[in-house]
Amino acid sequence: MAELGTTTPGGYLLVLAILLPLGGMMLSFTPGGRWAERIALGSTPFGFALACAIAFDVGRSGKPIVYAVGGLAPPLGIALRADGISAVMLVAAAIIVAAAAFYARAKFATPEGVRESRSSLTYWIMLQAIWAALTIIFVGGDLFNLYVALELLTFAAVPLVCIDGRPETLAAALRYLLFALFGSISYLLGVALFYGAHGTLDIPLLAQRVQATPVVWTAAALMTCGLLAKTALFPLHLWLPPAHANAPAAASAVLSGLVVKGSFFLTLRLWFYVLPALPAEKIAIVLGCLGSAAIIAGSIVALRQARLKLLIAYSTVAQIGYLFLVFPLAAGAQSWSAIGWSAGVMQILAHAFAKAAMFFSAGLLAEALGHDQIAKLGGAARVLPLTFLTIALGGLSLMGLPPSGGFSAKWLMLQASAASGQWLWTLPVLGGGLLAAGYVYRILAPALSDERISLVSSPRRSQEVVALALTIIALALGFAPQAFFDFLEIGRPLAVRLP
Amino acid sequence: MTPSVLAGLTGAALVGLGFYGLILHPHPLRKLLAFNLIGSGVFLVFGIVARRGAAAGFRFDPVPQAMVITGIVVAFAASAIAVALILRLSMESRNVTLDPEVWTRPNGGGAT
Repeated sequence: MAELGTTTPGGYLLVLAILLPLGGMMLSFTPGGRWAERIALGSTPFGFALACAIAFDVGRSGKPIVYAVGGLAPPLGIALRADGISAVMLVAAAIIVAAAAFYARAKFATPEGVRESRSSLTYWIMLQAIWAALTIIFVGGDLFNLYVALELLTFAAVPLVCIDGRPETLAAALRYLLFALFGSISYLLGVALFYGAHGTLDIPLLAQRVQATPVVWTAAALMTCGLLAKTALFPLHLWLPPAHANAPAAASAVLSGLVVKGSFFLTLRLWFYVLPALPAEKIAIVLGCLGSAAIIAGSIVALRQARLKLLIAYSTVAQIGYLFLVFPLAAGAQSWSAIGWSAGVMQILAHAFAKAAMFFSAGLLAEALGHDQIAKLGGAARVLPLTFLTIALGGLSLMGLPPSGGFSAKWLMLQASAASGQWLWTLPVLGGGLLAAGYVYRILAPALSDERISLVSSPRRSQEVVALALTIIALALGFAPQAFFDFLEIGRPLAVRLP
Repeated sequence: MTPSVLAGLTGAALVGLGFYGLILHPHPLRKLLAFNLIGSGVFLVFGIVARRGAAAGFRFDPVPQAMVITGIVVAFAASAIAVALILRLSMESRNVTLDPEVWTRPNGGGAT
């Protein structure tokens, strides 16, 4: 374990990956106005290049890359670590943030001669803040450090929800904030108990020291509850649909695609990295049941929505449910746990790309038609073919039809549940796919009818292309080679039974 | 009962009261106050944890104290954002509620 506490050759990349969005955010405050937009847009290619460099480095050495901050090894210092899953998440975050930044130029750009507005300044700064917070979450190696990152993520996400200042968006943002505060303070109490019991918060060190004692179980329960509230797992999902549906499309895509994955990523870190040695079969089953309930309830409520953006937001609730099937399917060190693990990560990625594209398209649609009532979409696909192509292809991935990332994720989940003999988990996976087909059909069927519909304004081709590019990534994930799944295994600790 | 145990129990009681308030009180401002109560309880628990450093030969373990300071700053920032949102909401609609039903009524709930 000593190698996880000392800086490896590529370690400085992790520092750069954090500093780039953080520095951009600070810098955007100073000149303000249209410079914030230029800085945010300009930093995205560098961020993507850094994320790729980290992924390349992890893949080449086959080991996590580590940076001990200040040259102090844990437990005295704090380490940053990037393993296979962190590197993949960094790349995905960079792509989606870049796409959101390019998409948002239509709404939040301030060309010369136009008065600078507060909402665009907020958007550009908060976008970079979300990116910075996510980067810290993906590479953080210390539970308290991760708490601060989690709070940064919330504080950056809440203003994006109420960016246009209507009372209902303010109420949605406030509810989101209160749920998130509940989550973070529970998490913090768990951190306090871990430190009190074992005297360190460094993830690998803590993993060596934990034992199945009441303190550890209490801390794990508190942290998990907190993270579930932030991830919006059923039945703690009430804040998500109004918050994600009321935000501007460029913000909803980031909130739905990335922000909820941040707290889910920490749940994975907690159970698979800090507590792999705990006999947690029952907890895995509880999480799996909550996930299944989320799939069914979220999809059914999505079927009943009148507004397109609310439908997509409830679909997020359902898709988050799939993520929690990882806990029963990837637990332990059995032969099938690697399949369950790959399925979970694939579901994170496929949903992130497909959902961001769906929100982008919903935003384009609302702008072009002047409303987003599903009942009044008759014939819209004839006038907005590219937008509806994006929705259809994104829907393909949400349903889990081949070839798509969503199909791979669900197929691997079915394989893992068959291999592990946990047949019951196939029911929510298959049922959720059918229900998803139902709600995607509800959008597409009226849009493909023969009715005539008039546009308020025609959408920008560049925005449509950004959305389409994201769905193509979601589809391309379906062709991921075995090397990709091997990459995800890098740095994953396997369960060691307690004596 | 040693002072540590007493302080620990007080912390636990504060956390419990806070969670009760956060979940059951309908008004956002009361929820926010309840959140601050939980925060105080958690910081008290951190204080007790810091005492355990005495076993290692220190008078106190400084790490949890540093965490408490960070935690206080974060909780303060969170409270500031929440108060700003509540104030803005009361200015915009004179109706500070988290009830989602209000916003779907035809008049937007502003007149009630």
